[in-house]
Amino acid sequence: MAEELTVVGKSLTKPDAFAKVSGQTKFADDLALPRMLFGRILRSPHPHARILRVDTSRARALPGVLAVLTGDDLPIKFGILPVSQDEEALAREKVRYVGDPIAAVAATDEWIADEALELIEVEFAELPHVMSIDEAIAADSEPIHGTSNVHKAVALEFGDTDEAMRTAAHVREDVVFFEGNTHLPMEQHAAVAQYAADGKLTLWTSSQTPHYVHRALGKVLELPMSRIRVIATPNGGGFGGKSDIFSHELVAAKLAIVTGRPVKITLTREEVFYAHRGRHPVLMKIKTGLTKDGRITAMQFRSFLDGGGYGSYGVASTYYTGALQATTYAIPRYRFEGVRLFTNKPPCGPKRGHGTPQPRFALETHFDKVAEELGLDPVELRRRNLPSPDSRTVNWLRITSCGLEACINKVVEGSGFLERRRSMPQGRGLGFAVSSYLSGAGTAIYWNDMPHSEVQLKLDRNGGVALLCGAIDIGQGSDHILAAIAAEVLGVGLEDIQLTTADTDLTPIDLGSYSSRVTFMAGNAAKAAAEKVQSQLFVAVAKALHCDADDLVARDHRVFRRNRPEDGVSFAQAVQLAEAQSGVVTATGSYTPPKLAGPYKGSGVGPSPAYSYSAAVVEVDCDIKTGEVRVPEVWVAHDIGRAINPVLVVGQVEGSVYMALGEALMEEQTFRLGLHKFPSLLEYKSPTALEAPVMHTYLVETIDREGPFGAKEAGQGPLLPVIPAVANAVYNALGVRIDEIPITPDKVLKAMSDKSKRVGPKSTPDFAFPPLIKADVPEEWKGK
Amino acid sequence: MSIADRVAVRLHVNGEDMAVMVPPYKTLLEVLREDLGLTGTKHGCELGECSTCGVLVDGRPFLSCLAMPLDLEGREITTVEGMAAGNEPHPLQVAFAELGAAQCGYCTPAMLLTASALLDRDPHPTRDAIKEALAGVLCRCTGYLKIFEAVELAASRGTRRG
Amino acid sequence: MLRLPRLQYLRPRTIAEATELAAQNPGAMFIAGGTDLVPNLKRRQFDVTTLISLNALPDGRRVEGDVRHGVTIGAGVTLDELAHHELLAGPFRALAQACGSVSTPQVRYMGTLGGNLLVDPRCNYYNQTYSWRKAVGFCMKKDGDICLVARSSPRCWAVSSSDSAPVALTLNAQITLQGVNGARRIPAADLYKDDGIDYTTKKADEIITTVELPAVEGRMTSAYWKLRRRPSFDFPILGVAVAIAWDDGVVREARGALGAVGSHPVDITPFLEPLQGKRPAEDLLADVAQAADKPSRPLDNTDLSHYWRKRMSKVYIERALRDACGLEPLGGRLTAQVTAR
Repeated sequence: MAEELTVVGKSLTKPDAFAKVSGQTKFADDLALPRMLFGRILRSPHPHARILRVDTSRARALPGVLAVLTGDDLPIKFGILPVSQDEEALAREKVRYVGDPIAAVAATDEWIADEALELIEVEFAELPHVMSIDEAIAADSEPIHGTSNVHKAVALEFGDTDEAMRTAAHVREDVVFFEGNTHLPMEQHAAVAQYAADGKLTLWTSSQTPHYVHRALGKVLELPMSRIRVIATPNGGGFGGKSDIFSHELVAAKLAIVTGRPVKITLTREEVFYAHRGRHPVLMKIKTGLTKDGRITAMQFRSFLDGGGYGSYGVASTYYTGALQATTYAIPRYRFEGVRLFTNKPPCGPKRGHGTPQPRFALETHFDKVAEELGLDPVELRRRNLPSPDSRTVNWLRITSCGLEACINKVVEGSGFLERRRSMPQGRGLGFAVSSYLSGAGTAIYWNDMPHSEVQLKLDRNGGVALLCGAIDIGQGSDHILAAIAAEVLGVGLEDIQLTTADTDLTPIDLGSYSSRVTFMAGNAAKAAAEKVQSQLFVAVAKALHCDADDLVARDHRVFRRNRPEDGVSFAQAVQLAEAQSGVVTATGSYTPPKLAGPYKGSGVGPSPAYSYSAAVVEVDCDIKTGEVRVPEVWVAHDIGRAINPVLVVGQVEGSVYMALGEALMEEQTFRLGLHKFPSLLEYKSPTALEAPVMHTYLVETIDREGPFGAKEAGQGPLLPVIPAVANAVYNALGVRIDEIPITPDKVLKAMSDKSKRVGPKSTPDFAFPPLIKADVPEEWKGK
Repeated sequence: MSIADRVAVRLHVNGEDMAVMVPPYKTLLEVLREDLGLTGTKHGCELGECSTCGVLVDGRPFLSCLAMPLDLEGREITTVEGMAAGNEPHPLQVAFAELGAAQCGYCTPAMLLTASALLDRDPHPTRDAIKEALAGVLCRCTGYLKIFEAVELAASRGTRRG
Repeated sequence: MLRLPRLQYLRPRTIAEATELAAQNPGAMFIAGGTDLVPNLKRRQFDVTTLISLNALPDGRRVEGDVRHGVTIGAGVTLDELAHHELLAGPFRALAQACGSVSTPQVRYMGTLGGNLLVDPRCNYYNQTYSWRKAVGFCMKKDGDICLVARSSPRCWAVSSSDSAPVALTLNAQITLQGVNGARRIPAADLYKDDGIDYTTKKADEIITTVELPAVEGRMTSAYWKLRRRPSFDFPILGVAVAIAWDDGVVREARGALGAVGSHPVDITPFLEPLQGKRPAEDLLADVAQAADKPSRPLDNTDLSHYWRKRMSKVYIERALRDACGLEPLGGRLTAQVTAR
């Protein structure tokens, strides 16, 4: 496209901005319907117990209570992944973590609902509980699910890694731990359900994945999906925490059906901690073999995931901990073993980066140490192992555009990393790291051959464009992406696009706002739809102007001849011409990722139509007397492919940096006495405005051949290198390795006092992984 | 709630007198959202640990989740709905929209009101003064920087009052 | 949403009416700013059916006097006002610092000095929702029998979490309380008891009316240093208040108190005695601080490791002392590091 872009690439005000700044945006809890009831959920006080008896009679008798549900009212199991259908809306036989839903009431107000919960009698037989990876493996008490606390174990090998290790000039092994943390969106989950007199159920819900919620409602409620309408309301933050199907969604729906009245359930903040689906705690062992000049010959990676009480996305999370190692390093031979254990804690799932921040922490601190051992600076070590664009990794991931080198150059130059790192003032240090992330998972959560993202356009005679798409804006700006792409292709403005999103009655499928897929996939669908519409317009206008359709351009609200711009019609006239010719101007576009999985079992997790790349340098300022670590400045470079809206992309980068710093320094899911130690916004620490560092953001545009206008993802990638860069900076400042996340002051002090100058795990548990699946490697890696 | 549980509360919100019959144990947050139809004020914890519910009382940032309506009769309450002048948005609202300072938009009403109180007091605040003023409002999306920049942009353009 | 329990909300117009209502309604609680009480009530940490608002009382919001004659602060003065008050800019600076460090600007606009002095002692096992506390079997402070942080202890170890309390002790503030039986005036130290539950001598029918800072002769400096994870929102996990009266460059008297190291603010004035009559050399300050952390015995019931908090005590005492002596606070000698064997 030789012509200059008019909407794409511009830092325009996004379509939903004014609704948000005026307070007019309706979030789920803002909805109120006539005669609406309030639902509340009774949750398990025990981490692991059998339910012997549930007596709801006193609750039912309380005036103002219109319905009470127990597990038997919703017996059909569900789960986000087809292979993990292990959840019940309300527990029937067993509870598996403190917070596990057991019963629910609908009442005329929340005070009565809370009173009713207190009147529900539950008799439990407590079971021993396990709260860590070690405990889960060692336990000889009743397993949390089935016959074992092992949820999923995988073992894959690409090339003979043992042989490479034996002959490597340099080998290093590290063990690190990344504690779990949670999304902490400012908006608590909420859902409003209404069951109309004609038997149509509508659920408004703060969800990133209305399509998956829709499917689960059909399954659990045993209603045809055509009698269920799911509308995702704008999310007040998601970050992966609103991508599962939740008990309160199913319960609200069922209560609405049973009472015949609308029912709202809004989780308290404590309940949001129990809903969780956040970052898995992961214990990792990484071993790399290298030549004497620092080229990787092989890597062996082992991860132990602490999954919590249910499966959630955990099988995918497990694979993710081993998937993206080879997208930032040219690794000729690779072994990955991963296992996810069940524990009696809220279930873990996808949080920004989904299973890759933990291994990224392992990788980037490991290579920082390797570089030092080899006498190389950390940047040079990366340079010697760069992946190639347009290549396949040894585990079959297809890389298209790769701006990693440019990202590295930007942050190294911007921060003066190489010059400054050896002469930092006392307590100050610089750390460097790189990373990469998917622009959308290449495989849908349930296997099917249908598109992952679909857009429908309908034009009206005034030149307005209605755009329908299942994608929900969670704050990341997906509304803008859809509107901007359609506007660009059609030559109109953002203001001409009328969006309807995330309504299963009206909008074609988008799988959901997760996995950083929306810009790439819904964007491509929008582009395809707009191009079809453009084609219809051009055919009609060409006829009217007696020229070829190829001669035409759509721009500035007109359709005109490229070489004689005065010869043209307004956009509205173009629509009218097309409508006169063939009826209403409408088209659909869709996007299905190419089939990219490698020829091995488990290859479904990791492939993506494109990968973003990032690099970061972090400066820390440590108080050597207290161990406190502050971060005054961060440099981040991100290969975005193309920034559809630069200011929104920078916003994603800055938000990612912020969240990374929170995880690196203070966020942690800690448990004591079998339950979450502090499920509150006060005690679960997240950074305040006072702690915001100076941030330098560099956008690298590699114009990916498959992304819409070349765009790739921005919502998750920039978070990844920042966490290990903090750890590496602490080492540069203080000479201590904190091989654990978060890096808290007491750990820093302990490391400074310890002879080892290190805090972190020393070993991984004994665990019998399954036999290695030895996969073929792509042609380019054979014999390497 | 029986009728006897309710008391008359008169509140002056966004320049308008409003009277409602509400239980005396409802916080200002609940009355605004559930009885006055003003859902622009959000909530993140209801315990005073995030300031998502921030409003202004006599021009000062208050937490509506902790404020008791009976003690607020006669005082000037401002919510995000009251920031615009007619159909003209407040310069802060324009700046937030232009700079992408509202991502998910959930902390935005509280951020806007708190920032407007700052600019009323200090029309040309330093970056540090902005950070201090916003130190009590949590945001999980933006990393705060664009919010600071939007406040500075609005300050440079001048706000209506003062 | 988390909501308050059903209760009646009374608004007396005079102090006499307020105290009378309290006496007539056992179990009633007073509410001023509500920033401590309302969250705790939403979590059902108290069983209360009547709240008595102090917000319609007259004259609670004045700050009067001067350094030479003493400053009288109405208990209803907000923390924000005190954080910026010109009368607290000099010798009484520690009080402005303490008030200005509380929580967030929003809470400081709402919260009062009286309320902050009487902040309910806190604990990880206690400041939790009703359902959370039920899951752990409750604790001694509310609905249970055992102190969960010190299981064999006969007493409660909830932590004094007021920033103004240690300052009030250090400045030798005089607190006036008024109840149905009249008014009484006590030194700040006598407002508190060493117990996590029964933490104040204030009776249920009494309200604090004024806090008086005594007249200052000559030159006095003061400082308040607060340790917490984040620079906003967080309660103190250690507070150090010091005040030094000077004769030229020589210490005439040094007073101090620690907050958040026990169930009440702890006086460390006896440990500061070695400073008396001396010029505050850096080494002397460090030695004094090293010894003065003795009463700091944090337990594992707040944010961050209690071992770390203990080791930080001497570091922060040194910083506060240096601050009050006009030295660069961060330039001290002490460190929280465990010395390598």
